[in-house]
Amino acid sequence: MVALAEIEASSLGIREVRKSFPVPDDPLRRWPVLDGISFSLAAGELISLIGPSGCGKSTLLRLIAGLESSDSGELLIGSEKITQPGAERGLVFQDPNLFPWLTVRRNIQAGLVARGVLREKRHEVDDFMRLVGLETFADAYPHHLSGGMAQRVALARALINHPKVLLLDEPLGALDAFTRMRMQDEVLRLWQGRRTTMLLVTHDIDEAIYMSDRIMIMSPRPGRIERTISVALDRPRQRSSPDFLRLRGDILEFVHFAGNASIENKS
Amino acid sequence: MRPEKHNSRPEISPPKSTTQLPSAPTHPNGDAIQRIERGSELGWRAQSAVPLAALVALAIHLLFSKSAPVVETHSYTLFFYEIVGVSIVLSIAQRFWMRLRSWMRHMCPILTAAILLLGLWDIVTFGFQLLPMPYFPGPAAVLRNLINDRALLLDSTWHSLALLLSGYTVGVLVGLISGICIGWSTPVRYWGMPLLKVVGPIPATAWIPLAMVVSPSTVVSAAGLIALAVWFPVTMLTASGISNTRASYLDVARTLGAGRAYLIFRVAIPAAVPNIFIGLFMGLGASFLTLVVAESVGVKSGLGWYVSWAQGWAEYGKVYAALIIMAAFFSTIMTLLFKIRDRMLVWQKGVIKW
Repeated sequence: MVALAEIEASSLGIREVRKSFPVPDDPLRRWPVLDGISFSLAAGELISLIGPSGCGKSTLLRLIAGLESSDSGELLIGSEKITQPGAERGLVFQDPNLFPWLTVRRNIQAGLVARGVLREKRHEVDDFMRLVGLETFADAYPHHLSGGMAQRVALARALINHPKVLLLDEPLGALDAFTRMRMQDEVLRLWQGRRTTMLLVTHDIDEAIYMSDRIMIMSPRPGRIERTISVALDRPRQRSSPDFLRLRGDILEFVHFAGNASIENKS
Repeated sequence: MRPEKHNSRPEISPPKSTTQLPSAPTHPNGDAIQRIERGSELGWRAQSAVPLAALVALAIHLLFSKSAPVVETHSYTLFFYEIVGVSIVLSIAQRFWMRLRSWMRHMCPILTAAILLLGLWDIVTFGFQLLPMPYFPGPAAVLRNLINDRALLLDSTWHSLALLLSGYTVGVLVGLISGICIGWSTPVRYWGMPLLKVVGPIPATAWIPLAMVVSPSTVVSAAGLIALAVWFPVTMLTASGISNTRASYLDVARTLGAGRAYLIFRVAIPAAVPNIFIGLFMGLGASFLTLVVAESVGVKSGLGWYVSWAQGWAEYGKVYAALIIMAAFFSTIMTLLFKIRDRMLVWQKGVIKW
C-alpha cells in the first residue's frame, strides 16, 4: 500500500496555467496555446489526455516536465513549484530518442549517470532490463532494436529514476496496431506493479479508455480541458465489452461535436 | 533481430570449414565437402596471373637492359623473382587458409594490373626513352634509389612523422576545444564565429612568411602551421556537430536529471562525433599538404625537404622514391584514422557510407 505522505508528495497540481508562443513574423502578437488549464493527479493515478493535434497536449507535458515555462498559473509537484526539468518527472516521447551511441544497458543507466548515483544503484540496471524483458539485448545498440523494443528501453530509462510522475507523450503512437496493443498491456503492467503516477497523452481513444482511470478531453485553439470522464470499468478491460464500446461512442460523439463547434466559432 | 546482426559475424562459419579441409578424405561425407570446397577454390588463372605478369614485366626489362650495366638492373630483376616466389608460396598456403584465399581472389586483378603498369612504365621510359631524361627515370632506377638511399629516406620519414604528429595533435586538441565552445555557447559563437570564418579559410601555407619571422625555429613554426591547417576544419565541423545536436536528446537528458557537464560531454559531444571525424579527415589532408610545403620551404629535414633537395641535384630517381614513400606513409596514417573511426562509430554501423 502507498503511504499517505507519499500520496501527498507525488500528486501533481496544475492551476490556471496559460501559455502562449510568439507568432512568427509578428513579434507583437502571441498565439495562445493553453488557456487556463487546471487539474490534479492523485498518486498512483493513470490519466489520459486526448484531443486533436495542435490542442497543446504536448506543450502541457513539456510545461510539467519543466522544459518550458508557463506565462501564468501554477504547476506543483507535491508542494514544490516546477521551475526546471528534474528526475522526479520522467518523460517518454513518441520517438524513443535513445542515445544511439550507447548500448541498451548504458541507455537505461543514463539517468543514474546523470544524477551521479551509478555506483550506489548499479544493481538496479539489471532489474530494469529484466522488467522490460531486454536482458539479452544489454549490449545491442539502438539501431538493432525494433520500434517496440526501443520504446521499452525508453520506458526503463525513464523509470530507473523512480519518478513521482511519468509523462508519456504519445509513446505508442509510432507502433503498428498489434505491437501497440501489446505495449499497452506492458505499460499497464509497469504501472500496476510500481503504482507510478502516469499522465498519458494520446490521440487514440481506445488506448485512453483501455488504460486510464480518467480521461481529459482537450479542445484546440486555445487549448482547454473540455471534459473529464472517469472510466469506471474493471481491470483488465475488454476492448469489445458493451460498456467499453458505449464509452467509446460517447467520447467519439463528444469529440466530433467539439470539432464542429470550433469550426462554427471561427466563421 | 535485424539482418545487420548477422553481418557482423560472418567469420564464424569459414574457419570451421578450413579446419575440416585437411581431414576431408576421412570424413564420411568427404565427397560432398570437397565438392563444396571446389566451388570456392582459386582457379589456375587467378593463381598464375600475378607471377605471369611479373615474368612479362621482367622479360620487358631484360629485353631492354642487355646493354645496361648489371648494377642498375640487379635489384629490379630480383624484385620480380621475389614476386614470383611469394606468389608460389601464397598459392600453396591459400589451400589451407580460407581468408588468404578470399584476399587473393580480391587482390589478384589489381596486383596484376599494377605489375603490368610497371612494365608499361619500363617500356616508355627505360626502353624507348619516349619521355625526356632525367625527369622520367624507369622503375629500375627508382627502385635502386629507394634501396641505396634507404637510410636517409627512413630518417626523413621519421622527421616528417614527428613533425606531422606534433602539429596534427596540437591542431586537433585546440580545434576540438574551440569547436565545442563555439558550438555550445552562444556568446562564444558570436565572437568566435566571425574570426573563424575570416581567418580559417586562409591556407596555412600563406602564413609561411610570417611564421618564419615570428618563430624561434623552423620546426616549431612548421608544426604551428600544420596545427593551424588542422584547426580550421576540426573547429568548423565540431562546432556544427555540437550545435546541431538533436534538441530531443538534450530534452531527454534533462528530464533524466542531467546537469550541464552531462549535456556537453555525454550528449552533445557523442552526438557530434560523426561530424568531428569529417573534420579530422579534412584536417589530415590539409596537414599533409602543409607538411610537405613547410618542409620544402624552411625545414631542413623530412620527406618534403628530401624531394626538393633531390630535385636540386636533378636526381629524379630519388624524387620518385620519396613520392612512393610518401604515398605509403600518408595512406597508412589515413587508414589508421579510418580504423579509429570504425571503432568509435560502431554504433552507427550500417549508417555511414564513407
